[in-house]
Amino acid sequence: MKPAPFEYLRADTLDDACKFLATHGAEAKLIAGGQSLVPMLAMRLLRPAWLIDIGEIAALARVVIDPDAITIGACARQHVLAAHDGLAAALPVLGQALAWVGHEQTRNRGTLGGSLVHADPSAELPLVAVMLDARLALQSTARGTRVLSAREFFTGPMSTLMEPDECLVEVRFERWSAPCVGSAFDEVAIRHGDFALASACAQVAIDAAGRCERVALALGGVAGAPLDCSVQAASLVGSVPDDGAVDALAQAVAGGLEPPGDLHASAEYRRSLAQTLCARVLRAACARARGALTEAR
Amino acid sequence: MTDPGQPAAGQHFRYIGTHRRTREDPRFVMGRGRYAADVHLPGMKHVALVASPYPSARIVSIDARSALALPGVVAVLTGEELAQHTDFLYVGVDAPGVKRYPLAVDVVRYAGEWVAAVVADSRALAEDAAELVDVVYESLPFVIDPEVAVRADAPSVHAAHPSNVLYRRKFVWGEVDKSFAQAAHQLECRVRWGRSSTVPIETFAVLAQWSAGTEILDIWASIQMPKYPDQTARALRLPGNAVRVHFDVDVGGSYGVKRGIKHTVLAGYLARKLGVPVRLIEDRLENMRGGDMQGPDRIFDVALAFDDRGVVQAMRIRALDDVGAYAGRSPLQLGKPVGAICGPYRIRHVEYEPCSVMTNKTPQEAVRGFGQAPTNYAIETAMDRMARQLGIDRIEVRRRNLIGRDEFPYLIPSGTHYDSGDYEAVLDKALAQAGHEELVRRRDAARAQGRLAGIGIATCLEPSGGNSSFEVLFNPKNETTTWMEASLVRVDLSGSITAVMNTSSSGQGHETLVSTVVGEVLEREPSSIRVIHADSLNALPSNSPVGSRMAIMLGGAAAGAARRIRASLMAIAAHNLELPLEALEYVGGEVRVTGDPDRSMSWDQLVEIAHRKFHRMPAGLEPGLQASFVWEVPTGGGLPTPDGRIQMYPCHSFETHVVYLEIDRDTGKPQIHRYVCGHDCGVMISPDIVHGMTFGGIAHGIGAALYEKFAFSEEGQLLAGTFMDYLIPSAHEVPSMSIVDHCTPSPLTTFGQKGSGEAGYLGGPAAIASAINDALAPLSESIDELPMTHEALWLRSRPGRGPSAAGHPVPR
Amino acid sequence: MSDRTGERLHEVSLVVNGQARSGACTARTSLVDFLRETLRLTGTHVGCEHGICGACSVMLDDRPVRSCLMFAVQAAGHRITTVEGLANPDGSMSVLQDSFCEAHGLQCGYCTPGMLIAAQALLDRNVQPTEFEIRDAIGGNLCRCTGYQQIVDAVRLASARLAGGAGQPATAADASPAAPAA
Repeated sequence: MKPAPFEYLRADTLDDACKFLATHGAEAKLIAGGQSLVPMLAMRLLRPAWLIDIGEIAALARVVIDPDAITIGACARQHVLAAHDGLAAALPVLGQALAWVGHEQTRNRGTLGGSLVHADPSAELPLVAVMLDARLALQSTARGTRVLSAREFFTGPMSTLMEPDECLVEVRFERWSAPCVGSAFDEVAIRHGDFALASACAQVAIDAAGRCERVALALGGVAGAPLDCSVQAASLVGSVPDDGAVDALAQAVAGGLEPPGDLHASAEYRRSLAQTLCARVLRAACARARGALTEAR
Repeated sequence: MTDPGQPAAGQHFRYIGTHRRTREDPRFVMGRGRYAADVHLPGMKHVALVASPYPSARIVSIDARSALALPGVVAVLTGEELAQHTDFLYVGVDAPGVKRYPLAVDVVRYAGEWVAAVVADSRALAEDAAELVDVVYESLPFVIDPEVAVRADAPSVHAAHPSNVLYRRKFVWGEVDKSFAQAAHQLECRVRWGRSSTVPIETFAVLAQWSAGTEILDIWASIQMPKYPDQTARALRLPGNAVRVHFDVDVGGSYGVKRGIKHTVLAGYLARKLGVPVRLIEDRLENMRGGDMQGPDRIFDVALAFDDRGVVQAMRIRALDDVGAYAGRSPLQLGKPVGAICGPYRIRHVEYEPCSVMTNKTPQEAVRGFGQAPTNYAIETAMDRMARQLGIDRIEVRRRNLIGRDEFPYLIPSGTHYDSGDYEAVLDKALAQAGHEELVRRRDAARAQGRLAGIGIATCLEPSGGNSSFEVLFNPKNETTTWMEASLVRVDLSGSITAVMNTSSSGQGHETLVSTVVGEVLEREPSSIRVIHADSLNALPSNSPVGSRMAIMLGGAAAGAARRIRASLMAIAAHNLELPLEALEYVGGEVRVTGDPDRSMSWDQLVEIAHRKFHRMPAGLEPGLQASFVWEVPTGGGLPTPDGRIQMYPCHSFETHVVYLEIDRDTGKPQIHRYVCGHDCGVMISPDIVHGMTFGGIAHGIGAALYEKFAFSEEGQLLAGTFMDYLIPSAHEVPSMSIVDHCTPSPLTTFGQKGSGEAGYLGGPAAIASAINDALAPLSESIDELPMTHEALWLRSRPGRGPSAAGHPVPR
Repeated sequence: MSDRTGERLHEVSLVVNGQARSGACTARTSLVDFLRETLRLTGTHVGCEHGICGACSVMLDDRPVRSCLMFAVQAAGHRITTVEGLANPDGSMSVLQDSFCEAHGLQCGYCTPGMLIAAQALLDRNVQPTEFEIRDAIGGNLCRCTGYQQIVDAVRLASARLAGGAGQPATAADASPAAPAA
């Protein structure tokens, strides 16, 4: 199980990487953590002529926490993000999701950006990005920088709007201004650390009366790409989200799904899991928001 | 002199049974093991394989020109060439039409079958070239479903064989029909054992080197296989003494499956032909698809006849085993269970109808327990069903059927004597250890809260001692009645002890076993005793570590050789002290005059006489100090009766499993909360090793019961060919477990030991299935197929949704 | 520089077990193949080559990684620790290695290097882990021999020893009467 031959270039700067992509983009592949890419190379499912290593570019590994947003470099390693105190406070859903990502050994190499551009429909980090509608900054020599919404970025299994000459630079997550915000991530995988059969994550903001002010919800593993369900979830806004409302929403969301079936889970099973997880993450997010409310008092 | 193999009753042990560090562990934790892939020979070449994408096809042509044109490529070998120069591989039953060569000849019979081998400077280059080998196939009809494959009109897997059935026979032992006709109650059930395997973390690796000067083929391989040197030589048309297998290679796990005979014949042929060392290391994809190591794949139909109290009077078992595309030893995995066909139960009338059928799937290989674990699962499921049907507690029905401690040796209907046991004592210990009454309360409380909770119970036999009587039973042309094992013990001039074993080890700790028993007999510190693995040209007869036999057979052989050394030392002392043997005692390696502690001869003195002072040796004793002992399997040597009764294995360990688990009814996710195994394998030579293998066997059983399956598509493609889809449980899925020991010594063995290499696995799947079905019982649901997948559990976890309620198709 | 097939060779220099090492390999050479075949450090094992089994675990700059999921060229300039580098400076077994022997936390030894790397990394950052933390740390390393029980016991024993406890081996079985019961 050895990859087909390729040439390797370690890029020292983002510009170097983009310049190289400008000339060799179609036959090149970026590698940062490589935790998803290398098995595909080893099985010869991908056979790029060039592998451009951007994993050592320090400028792509920054974490910046601003009052209204968090910006994370594409090559920030997952273990750094999981252990980051500032992120735990400012963007807790990221840590909640990372607890489900692979194993320590893969998180030590894997990057945020690598997971996003790999675009596995059941991966955790793309789901978080879609749930929070993160902004993905892509750079190319030809077109400079463009910013895409995560909700449009993912177009299907292993498929995104990123062009072959582009490099994902950073990911920007909005910080919700409401004081009482709760989030949750949950999934069902057959073994811990495997890709999820289905996954869900949600974020809820409530007001002082416990009424839902804002909600975001997304499901993984049930479509070709992470599925944003925030429009449906908005039905919770304006009232206290009780079990009945959450269950009704979960049922409505699941009813509209047409998940894929495979060796480990049929479409029907995935739909049911999505419904269960949808309700669980909404309840957990609401509970955390209420906890924040209690603390605030 | 007494027979060195004779058991000694009422022994007190100095080293046996104590916690001692193993001989092997230090080299492994330091990274100093030496596995087949670690052996590096200058100039060696690497093999990659071209595999068939079709489950059944005619090979129209193979064009290797592009591959050969690639720099660094040495050769491309096809099945056509190989078949001209080698003989077909061993077939376990009388099926001369089922020929297998390492590479497909004319037709391919499963997707993944090796069609050509590419040899190159590196494995990567070999893979590059393998992609360039242009094979033209003409697709042929294929059969994947074993129940279709047995039909007369099914596509033929081997045209030269009369049908797809490799072996079928109905054994009737006792008055089965009459018992069923007269029984107050009957039940029938069908259970399926899914195709899984042991899947060691090391794939199969072999390195072969032909020396033109000595005309010896040297083999380093990760092998665990009886008669491997002999089969290699035969297939390569070499005399047996031209093949030298280096058994001092550490093997990275096997549990039955490391039988890379086809790999070895391929590498051996290439090494000889090319004049360079040739290394073949399966990658994981080759291993899963074409490594021919998948396990039993069975449909059981079980019927019980029983009375109002749940006492079983008769049993019928029909077993249809899908062995895949070739035979090998796989059909015999239906044979070993004959030796424990009624489990630990007093069932006097048994009918057994094994049927081994070929399909266009990856061939089956020997897996831990050699077919016993699936059989135990079938028997235990029937016992649970009977309990449910009668409304009697599952533990109680077992008590009513277990063979009593005073009934041994116990002759079962199929001709095997169980040597010893105290099954109910082990059951009681396991229940106590598990806190069974508390578990019942916990389960009932969970149920009251709407959760799905279940307790599993299994009481299973573990035949051990690895005779090969199933060969003579299943193949009248085969008269193998010995499955001996041997050892040689040598004391050198310095007084150091070296013991020789004659096969490789794959984690069972044989060096610890041998050093412990030799130390025990000679009363010398085991950690000072070196144990070496002789190569096959230096080796005494061995049948390799199969069938949970090494504690019994290698332990017995090494003890026998050591006893001969001890007898020699005594004889030398008696001669020099001019006293009769009866006046002397052997203590810690020296010989003392009984009652006169001042008169003795030391170890060093005795050794020196043996090595240097022939004039002080007693007449008739060989100089030097070494002894070998070849031991026939206790109870071995017999041929079957016309109705198929035979003593299968000599010793019978016993295990009780108690499991508590819950199922998340929304997701189908099972979680095991408590796992206790009560275990009796007689005298444990090394308890740490026995416990370790038992824990590993349980974990393997958890895999077989809940996670692992070599699933195939209807198109004959393996769907679980990577570790992403073939789900080996991790430390998250395997719970904390505990073992409670019991010891009923075997009267047949040197120290009272029985085998334990397959422990845990033999009852684990049955117990987990029992727990799952107990959890589902309040919903009137059950599952009768392993693995019990998350989805299958989910499907049955809510009332009105399960297949019995809705006629929903059960995912396979 | 290229090999005789024309594939370019890279000179990779890195620090392995405290020693500067270098060797030439193709870009597609995995770190584990480089360690095993080029540097002849065969203590690290290959199990699946697709990042699931963990047998190839090594430490990269003190953090455990799967060396089948890295190319050797990516490791250039970094520090690698393999199982051969876990022993004490005087060559004796580390507490963890010794604890694996004491608790018999292995059988065939094949997954052992990866288990040791994963467990050592855990103990380096958390000397008194809970059982869950131990299982989580080795959760990405598959073992077919032990059922993980005695591995967990071994790590627990090492933890007790490193934390200054008496370091009694965790009992693997509830009771083990060695002598016949009868």
